[in-house]
Amino acid sequence: MTDSKYFTTTKKGEIFELKAELNSDKKEKKKEAVKKVIASMTVGKDVSALFPDVVNCMQTDNLELKKLVYLYLMNYAKSQPDMAIMAVNTFVKDCEDPNPLIRALAVRTMGCIRVDKITEYLCEPLRKCLKDEDPYVRKTAAVCVAKLHDINAQLVEDQGFLDTLKDLISDSNPMVVANAVAALSEIAESHPSSNLLDLNPQSINKLLTALNECTEWGQIFILDCLANYMPKDDREAQSICERVTPRLSHANSAVVLSAVKVLMKFMEMLSKDLDYYGTLLKKLAPPLVTLLSAEPELQYVALRNINLIVQKRPEILKHEMKVFFVKYNDPIYVKLEKLDIMIRLASQANIAQVLAELKEYATEVDVDFVRKAVRAIGRCAIKVEQSAERCVSTLLDLIQTKVNYVVQEAIVVIKDIFRKYPNKYESVIATLCENLDSLDEPEARAAMIWIVGEYAERIDNADELLESFLEGFHDESTQVQLQLLTAIVKLFLKKPTETQELVQQVLSLATQDSDNPDLRDRGYIYWRLLSTDPVAAKEVVLAEKPLISEETDLIEPTLLDELICYIGTLASVYHKPPSAFVEGGRGVVHKSLPPRTASSESAESPETAPTGAPPGEQPDVIPAQGDLLGDLLNLDLGPPVSGPPLATSSVQMGAVDLLGGGLDSLMGDEPEGIGGTNFVAPPTAAVPANLGAPIGSGLSDLFDLTSGVGTLSGSYVAPKAVWLPAMKAKGLEISGTFTRQVGSISMDLQLTNKALQVMTDFAIQFNRNSFGLAPAAPLQVHAPLSPNQTVEISLPLSTVGSVMKMEPLNNLQVGSGQGRHPSPYSPTSRAPLGSVEGRVYRQMFLATWKDIPNENEAQFQIRDCPLNAEAASSKLQSSNIFTVAKRNVEGQDMLYQSLKLTNGIWVLAELRIQPGNPSCTVRLSLKCRAPEVSQHVYQAYETILKN
Amino acid sequence: MIGGLFIYNHKGEVLISRVYRDDIGRNAVDAFRVNVIHARQQVRSPVTNIARTSFFHVKRSNIWLAAVTKQNVNAAMVFEFLYKMCDVMAAYFGKISEENIKNNFVLIYELLDEILDFGYPQNSETGALKTFITQQGIKSQHQTKEEQSQITSQVTGQIGWRREGIKYRRNELFLDVLESVNLLMSPQGQVLSAHVSGRVVMKSYLSGMPECKFGMNDKIVIEKQGKGTADETSKSGKQSIAIDDCTFHQCVRLSKFDSECSISFIPPDGEFELMRYRTTKDIILPFRVIPLVREVGRTKLEVKVVIKSNFKPSLLAQKIEVRIPTPLNTSGVQVICMKGKAKYKASENAIVWKIKRMAGMKESQISAEIELLPTNDKKKWARPPISMNFEVPFAPSGLKVRYLKVFEPKLNYSDHDVIKWVRYIGRSGIYETRC
Repeated sequence: MTDSKYFTTTKKGEIFELKAELNSDKKEKKKEAVKKVIASMTVGKDVSALFPDVVNCMQTDNLELKKLVYLYLMNYAKSQPDMAIMAVNTFVKDCEDPNPLIRALAVRTMGCIRVDKITEYLCEPLRKCLKDEDPYVRKTAAVCVAKLHDINAQLVEDQGFLDTLKDLISDSNPMVVANAVAALSEIAESHPSSNLLDLNPQSINKLLTALNECTEWGQIFILDCLANYMPKDDREAQSICERVTPRLSHANSAVVLSAVKVLMKFMEMLSKDLDYYGTLLKKLAPPLVTLLSAEPELQYVALRNINLIVQKRPEILKHEMKVFFVKYNDPIYVKLEKLDIMIRLASQANIAQVLAELKEYATEVDVDFVRKAVRAIGRCAIKVEQSAERCVSTLLDLIQTKVNYVVQEAIVVIKDIFRKYPNKYESVIATLCENLDSLDEPEARAAMIWIVGEYAERIDNADELLESFLEGFHDESTQVQLQLLTAIVKLFLKKPTETQELVQQVLSLATQDSDNPDLRDRGYIYWRLLSTDPVAAKEVVLAEKPLISEETDLIEPTLLDELICYIGTLASVYHKPPSAFVEGGRGVVHKSLPPRTASSESAESPETAPTGAPPGEQPDVIPAQGDLLGDLLNLDLGPPVSGPPLATSSVQMGAVDLLGGGLDSLMGDEPEGIGGTNFVAPPTAAVPANLGAPIGSGLSDLFDLTSGVGTLSGSYVAPKAVWLPAMKAKGLEISGTFTRQVGSISMDLQLTNKALQVMTDFAIQFNRNSFGLAPAAPLQVHAPLSPNQTVEISLPLSTVGSVMKMEPLNNLQVGSGQGRHPSPYSPTSRAPLGSVEGRVYRQMFLATWKDIPNENEAQFQIRDCPLNAEAASSKLQSSNIFTVAKRNVEGQDMLYQSLKLTNGIWVLAELRIQPGNPSCTVRLSLKCRAPEVSQHVYQAYETILKN
Repeated sequence: MIGGLFIYNHKGEVLISRVYRDDIGRNAVDAFRVNVIHARQQVRSPVTNIARTSFFHVKRSNIWLAAVTKQNVNAAMVFEFLYKMCDVMAAYFGKISEENIKNNFVLIYELLDEILDFGYPQNSETGALKTFITQQGIKSQHQTKEEQSQITSQVTGQIGWRREGIKYRRNELFLDVLESVNLLMSPQGQVLSAHVSGRVVMKSYLSGMPECKFGMNDKIVIEKQGKGTADETSKSGKQSIAIDDCTFHQCVRLSKFDSECSISFIPPDGEFELMRYRTTKDIILPFRVIPLVREVGRTKLEVKVVIKSNFKPSLLAQKIEVRIPTPLNTSGVQVICMKGKAKYKASENAIVWKIKRMAGMKESQISAEIELLPTNDKKKWARPPISMNFEVPFAPSGLKVRYLKVFEPKLNYSDHDVIKWVRYIGRSGIYETRC
């Protein structure tokens, strides 16, 4: 008997014929007709017109025919809700049938018919079936509750089906338990708050017992459910692990992966000193390796998961490098994944072997695979320093092949190698430049341009090379345009004489002829920087870049932890949280790993770290590939690949680069002063740029400066003090103070003529000082100053003047006066402190705090300061001392703060406020690379807090 | 869970479409056809996400099976299910082809209704399915009540893979130990890496619900069980092997294996894979390849390869093939071999030497002179490794089946009445020697 003939009928009038056949008296004919109807349905023909006729066939004791009719009903009931009612009676009757198979069939099908009216009738039969004596009916009814919940959740709750379902977890039949668990898990997912799955040690025990007895699929449901349980302590976690480990030998890979998920999760709770912890680690490796002998699709799923596991616990598979070597006939998706894991496992011990393999792969045929292999060689160089030289020479060999995509890929990775090992392999630049013309991919072009810009001083014809790119500027991709802009500016700063024209050209291309806002904004920044202050521009654009981390492509730690909770599922395949690809409320609940119970290891939270504990072991995450380009102003870095619901504690990359760059050069032991003078001292005001702007906001914050007046207006301004008494200056009395507005400082002067003559021709001059303060504009007093007249002038200051260390540090000598007789005086007022860019983020704070030697820590006490933490924090904030973190220890409020002085000295502070302390004493610990400034920062704190 | 399941032919026409969840619309069928089947080469992963809908696919000959979902399903489970679906279909109607699928579409719908409920996989063991699937099953229209409940308890019970009431006149079982041995050896004869991946395949034709116990010479198993019987440990201890990892068919009681290291199970009827294992220690390498390559000037290579068989002289290896790579600029080859036939295959850049049979503890030799065209390619020839294929009648891992005991308390046949056959086959996996 062949059924294929049903597929072939296409003649007209078919529906009528079928109608006749369906109403035939002969059972066989009816059955044939229904089969034809279903065949038409499959190929997409609309046979809904036959609904009443098919439903008429429903009342039969022939199970085969009944199943066919039910199949039809499931498909068309929704489009014919009124007609579907006709079927209800039969369903209800079938639910009472003596044959358990028919009872189950009826309740299963009824649940699939999403018609409200039918749903109402479903409740009673379902209630009976949930308590049916036959396990086959019960297991079907359990799933039916989930179906009903999907149609009408309220109904399920009102009818009390959830409680019945919970009871089924204790059923004697393992399959009923498994289906009940599956149904409950699904329902619980859409009610994240409800305690539906109410897992407790007793129910867990039942599940673990059922685990040994049910089908492979049931084992998966149960293991997936177990993974959501939070054991109350490490002993319970261990005992569950012990009972789950036998599943690692199951032939079904999904069972193995789900067991791995439970173990990986509960392992978090076990102390690392425990013997069992080590045993468990050892037990995990072999099954993971065995997964690689499964069919390719499953290998792919396994590899994507192993990728996560290797990142979370590298020790599990560190000796298993060889199993990830690519086999000739692996499908491409398996090859690419294996390559990824090989790089993760690469270490000094196995690097020779890995490199030999990668070199082989780079000569294969598949373009994507070859590219990835080339990239992998570069990543090995970055990861294992000892191998860097061999990797570079391998890459050069590959460039010699002149295979276009190999060359391009090699250039992209060599750029990263330059960033990891600056000034080591620059000899290869010449070879790279030879291949300039063959680069047609944006990433490779951008990388090459970066190299040219970065090493412009060593490439004789750098200007020609860059100029050649400029011709087709508007046809380039944004990535290349941005890179070209930066590179030319770098070139200009390095060789200003020959390249002025070039830089003007690129700036006008970027700002006037482009509609890309990123490009335009970057162009404007450079333009302003260059026109207002080339020295500052140099400092910003040519700032030393942070070295890139060894590990690349790591998944951001909080996301990784979440994904570990999703081992085996789609989320682990996509490496994205479910919310990124699941619609609606389902699965959006964030899962997290359980905390380790052993208290000694809980010191990873940022709040506790400033007391000297090491910051979390998590490596900094450097984003993949193109993002590595991040030179100082590379603000076009997209958000990390991992999608929107990133935990806020994570450091996003653009910001790390920016801040990191700042910190590195600022914290250096001998930061280069701008004017060649070496020591940079604590200045008192802000720099007119805001590059360290809050994370993620990038460029826009630069322009916030103008709108930021309001927020800054509350900052403390010292009252004017008399700097130069009239006695000393031939009758001219000068009093003044420093104010800071919108990120720039100015000196407010009040000149009073206490002599008897009219005064004219005022001038001002600043001696070299510790802050690099200099007037930004000439002193302008328009009218002559009559005797006893007072005039108020605000003199804008810049902080880019020559810097010289003064004793004391805040000594500033200014000469001003009339005519040719300047009178020196020293304005002693302490102006607002800190620069707007002084905001630091937690991780950075921790790292820096730890990094600064303890000798540099200075302790002070500020007495009679009745402020509470909030007030102090906001007061300080208005003077650009930013609160990084706050916590409460033993009744004391601890504020962790950061500020940056004008010339780039970072000061980190810990402020300890004891509320209710009658003496109102505030303790201040300061840490700074240049301990000299501490005293003055303390004074500044005191002034600010007391005013 | 799985939202829907589609089967397509190579042109992308739908042969079977079964939707389990409301969130999967008819357009999903077309989305997969357009984005995956018709995209051919561009799709590089077995999981595709199109407009927030995920598609899992496997291909059998030119038939596409695709599972669709909009949720965060267990991906490993979906693939395991698709494979299982293929197995079940193959068990019912043989090869999975367009014709067979069209011929059996009603059956397939019935199967899909039974093995997936609301996208949750249910019992998928053919043995059990055959008891209640009406199409082509063992169907009796009028089952008694007892029969019906027997079916349902089997399907949902602990032994869902076997139906009751199986009867054979002759109780017989076959065990095949199939191993593939992989080797990478240095020119000096040093083993760089070697491992065996093996499978124990069982064909059982046993009556009733037989309880089986499988014993092999695994070190841990023997040590654990040997505590009581010290002699046995000392006797077999020498030959015991260390298994790195093994996985078992779902019929094996894993918790019992974990606690007592005993492999006990009630087997499905017919053929199934009882276990898979991997070993890396003390592997018997059936052949050793000793290469000798000498470059005579720039245009000539002299190659001599000796193969030595390293097993009992009474055993015979079969289908031996040695593949000696030659440089790309080879212009001519002259081969002399003592045994078998050797040929230079220019298209494969290799000398292929075939020997039909070879006994243990023998050796054979081939020598070849390779003429080379002078080239100005500076790069040296990379010398790919010499690879080998063979089949030997023993297990290179050293695995031995010690016993397979059958107990069927309800029926009156004993372990001794069962006819048991054991066969060992060792095949070469990737078996290479660098030269």
